Amino acid sequence: MTDTSTREPRHFARMFVLWLVVAGVADALFYTLAGPHVPPGTMTTSAKDNQFDFNVLLVIALPVLIAVWIYMGYAIVMWRSTRKGVAEPVGGAVARGNKGVQFAWIASTSTIVMGLFVFGTVALINGAGSGGGEGPNPVWSPNSKAPLQVQVIGQQWKFTYRYPSFGGFETTQLILPNNTTIEFHVTSLDVTHDFWAYQLGVKADANPQLDNVAYTTTRETGSVTVRCDELCGIWHGAMYNYGRVISPAAFEAWATATQRASVANTKLLPPYALTYVPDANGADGGLYPTNVDPYSASEVYGAKVAAS
Amino acid sequence: MSVIDAVPVTDSEPTEDYVNLGVFGRLTHRRGWLSQHLGTAVIGFVLGYLLGHWLGNVVAGGYSYVQNSGQNNVADTGGLLLGVLGWLFGAGALNYPIAKMMGREPAEERFDPSWTRYFRYTADHKVVGLQYIFSVLTFLFTGGLLAMAIRTELLSPTSHAFGPGTYIAIVSEHGTVMMMMATSIVVGPFGNWLVPLMIGARRTAFPRVEAFSFWTFTAGYLVIMSALFYGGFPTGWTGYAPLQTQAGAGMMSYLVGFAVIGMGMMAAGFNLAVTIVTCRAPGLTWGRLPIFVWSVLATAALLTLATPTLVAGGFLGILDRTAQTAFYVNEHGGSSYLWQNLFWFFGHPEVYIMALPGFGIVAEMLPVFTRKPLFAYKVAAAGMLGVALLSFFVWQHHLFQSGINPDMRPLFMLTTELISIPTGFIYLVGLGTLYKAKIRFEIPMLFALALFFNFLIGGVTGVFLSDVPVNVQVHGSFFVLAHFHYTIMGGLVFAFFGGIYYWFPKMTGKMMNKTLGKIHFWMMFIFFNLTFFPMFIIGLLGQPRRVFEYAQNLQTLNDIASVSAFFLGASFVVFVANFVWSIFINPVAAPPNPWDSLGLEWQTPSPVPYYNFERIPVIMADPYHYSEPNAPQLADLGVGSDRTDEKVEVGK
Ligand code: HEM
Ligand SMILES: [Cu+2]
Ligand SMILES: [Cu+2]
Repeated sequence: MTDTSTREPRHFARMFVLWLVVAGVADALFYTLAGPHVPPGTMTTSAKDNQFDFNVLLVIALPVLIAVWIYMGYAIVMWRSTRKGVAEPVGGAVARGNKGVQFAWIASTSTIVMGLFVFGTVALINGAGSGGGEGPNPVWSPNSKAPLQVQVIGQQWKFTYRYPSFGGFETTQLILPNNTTIEFHVTSLDVTHDFWAYQLGVKADANPQLDNVAYTTTRETGSVTVRCDELCGIWHGAMYNYGRVISPAAFEAWATATQRASVANTKLLPPYALTYVPDANGADGGLYPTNVDPYSASEVYGAKVAAS
Repeated sequence: MSVIDAVPVTDSEPTEDYVNLGVFGRLTHRRGWLSQHLGTAVIGFVLGYLLGHWLGNVVAGGYSYVQNSGQNNVADTGGLLLGVLGWLFGAGALNYPIAKMMGREPAEERFDPSWTRYFRYTADHKVVGLQYIFSVLTFLFTGGLLAMAIRTELLSPTSHAFGPGTYIAIVSEHGTVMMMMATSIVVGPFGNWLVPLMIGARRTAFPRVEAFSFWTFTAGYLVIMSALFYGGFPTGWTGYAPLQTQAGAGMMSYLVGFAVIGMGMMAAGFNLAVTIVTCRAPGLTWGRLPIFVWSVLATAALLTLATPTLVAGGFLGILDRTAQTAFYVNEHGGSSYLWQNLFWFFGHPEVYIMALPGFGIVAEMLPVFTRKPLFAYKVAAAGMLGVALLSFFVWQHHLFQSGINPDMRPLFMLTTELISIPTGFIYLVGLGTLYKAKIRFEIPMLFALALFFNFLIGGVTGVFLSDVPVNVQVHGSFFVLAHFHYTIMGGLVFAFFGGIYYWFPKMTGKMMNKTLGKIHFWMMFIFFNLTFFPMFIIGLLGQPRRVFEYAQNLQTLNDIASVSAFFLGASFVVFVANFVWSIFINPVAAPPNPWDSLGLEWQTPSPVPYYNFERIPVIMADPYHYSEPNAPQLADLGVGSDRTDEKVEVGK
């Protein structure tokens, strides 16, 4: 819309300049000052990539928000009926639409959206699922030849972790080696939970009878908070625990020591599998007739046994 | 176009003033307290509940329900279902079909001038609209009280106001009541009240279906509230199985409640869609349809087509919990994903059921308060239909981390981001209409502008959520919570209150108090933002939804949200005060067209007669010819109307 009247101030030019300045400053401030601190930090590849993604989205979003706010603010100030000398509005065809403006609007929003789609898809594929749950047969996986498998078992109302490459022992603490690709296998023994390892940038639903795989690669040592992120009953709010990323050597030492120390416990556990049928005497309250032992009949119930 | 002949309003008395039901006695349109009304509906609900419960125990008393040994929900289900039936029967909603089934000709409903008509089953769309308003406000304030309880609990990260079971029951009840309310908050009251007036019709297409939708909606309220007597349910409004299968009897209130509300939603949507398609006055071409009616049409399509999935999903859940099927039980060959898919296949169209009518309201009000025609009208209408269509193809964005169809995530990312294009059209329309306008900041306009502010934040964060890598970080957290409160509360609920201030003069003939209205608006706007904006940060910092314990360092932000939430709650007290003051205590008569609107609804006499239009009007232009010196005449209301021979004034 170009202004034809000569006395009329050049509204769009004013708004554009204001927008350019404010949006430029806001983006620059955000990206340099806040950006590096945006959660979840940079402890893993997926955390770092997702942080970068968030920052890019916000750098695109801020100018959009600011454009609308400036326009509305301008309209409210300039075109309020109480302002002295505000012009009488003009109705009719000119006010009912403007092909150029409409086309520009649709074209620009479509461009942004398509750009975001390409950006998000590339990030998702390059990021090997970006740390999100990818189901039992991940379509995108990292290049690493020997990722460390860690199983996450959700149950009302705790998370435990099993390490199949160390005899399948089970712990309540998530300990991971640094600079290693981790392959999480997330499952549940009862209802749907969600494994959210905050600093790792990993999130995957824990579904009973299903194996949900998520990948990430650790980059820094430090502590990790794990919270359940899917409502799972009354103690959902208290379903959290902690973990650490430590040096590979320290991890090796910890894992072998724990494996040795928990031999007796591990024997009592069901053999490592990607999913488990709930314990006949356990939380399910007698899902199976007493003469059925779900573990010995794991083939019958279709629980898969780990490949290695 | 020729003037349609007037359809004479029948004044002839029906021969019988009652329906003879033989052994059941007579059902009458009698107007004393002895006839049917809200009270008999309540009695019907209670008796129906007792009967159904007893029957259920007779049928299935010996069964035990696997996951909760020693209990089955047959009796509870029977109780709730027959309770609803009893409610409808007691209200008189079934008189007509029963009489028809018995081969009798029911008496025609006649206008009831007494105020008690608001407590009765009636097919008068203007009464139903007002009944809806009081009901959705009841829903809204019930849900609001529960929200206050939630924010009380979250004042402290570790010390608790409620036990965990109570807390989760409160959270679930809050979410479900609010979602149910939001399905109907605009379509129920304004859709029913305004659409016939806006399209020049005397009634909706199926007045009894319209009344049925209202009475099932209210029955749904009783059912969902009954959860509290069962100790609540633990699943939130999303009702995920297998938690759903494992939960206690309160779960039945959720499943039956959503099914019942769903019936009402389908009925309301179907009726309004047919009304808009078939009952438009001559001359009211699609290109002249008020934009609010377009939004109701798009919403009605969603209500009719999406809700059956919810009802069917609830039905399977009911079977799982009563007949011991295993649709949602993974261990027995069912799938918990099935519920998630069914629920969100309904759930995402549902979120647009909660957005489009709000857009319609503000788009309808903008021209009035800017004195300009609606900008890009066709784009607006096309956008609404586009949103409605696309909303069926995005549902798995709620399941990005669930492990379902991981290879489909880019597709659902694309569709979700695409839907923000037609959603964004409302901004094109809004900003274009504001251009070189003469904006009058009346209360309804304040609410409309607030929608543009709030929904922008809601919509933009929606795009963040649809980006899968970012979704990994924010899914299931307070970020999502903030997102949908910004869209639903910041959008729809703001639009609803704007609509009340805007149309109440027409609906009740009384003006709302402006000062109180301003206080209400500013409190609501400021504290809404102070309550929900911090939640984006809280979510990013790692607080999942629906928890009662959170990290110590999040207490300040949570406390800001909580305290603001209490003030937000207080703003509704101001609204209620204004409402009671302006309608009952100190009513100020409203001028016939207080905002100088060109809308057809404002051209009818006040109060609007029972039959709306003495003659069906002939529409000659769309209602947006503001600031146009040679504007065409809007409509020919015909001789015999209140405004005999008077042209509707256009072009102011
Ligand atoms: C610009 C358009 C929108 C986009 C792109 C969008 C995107 C999303 C996405 C991706 C999610 C899933 C978040 C997650 O759980 O991980 C979501 C959740 C949600 N959105 Fe939107 N949204 C938009 C508009 C709306 C509107 C208009 C409403 C309602 C009026 C709405 C209501 C909701 C609700 C209720 C949820 C959460 C449901 C729950 O988990 O309880 N959204 N949105
Ligand atoms: Cu949980
Ligand atoms: Cu959705």
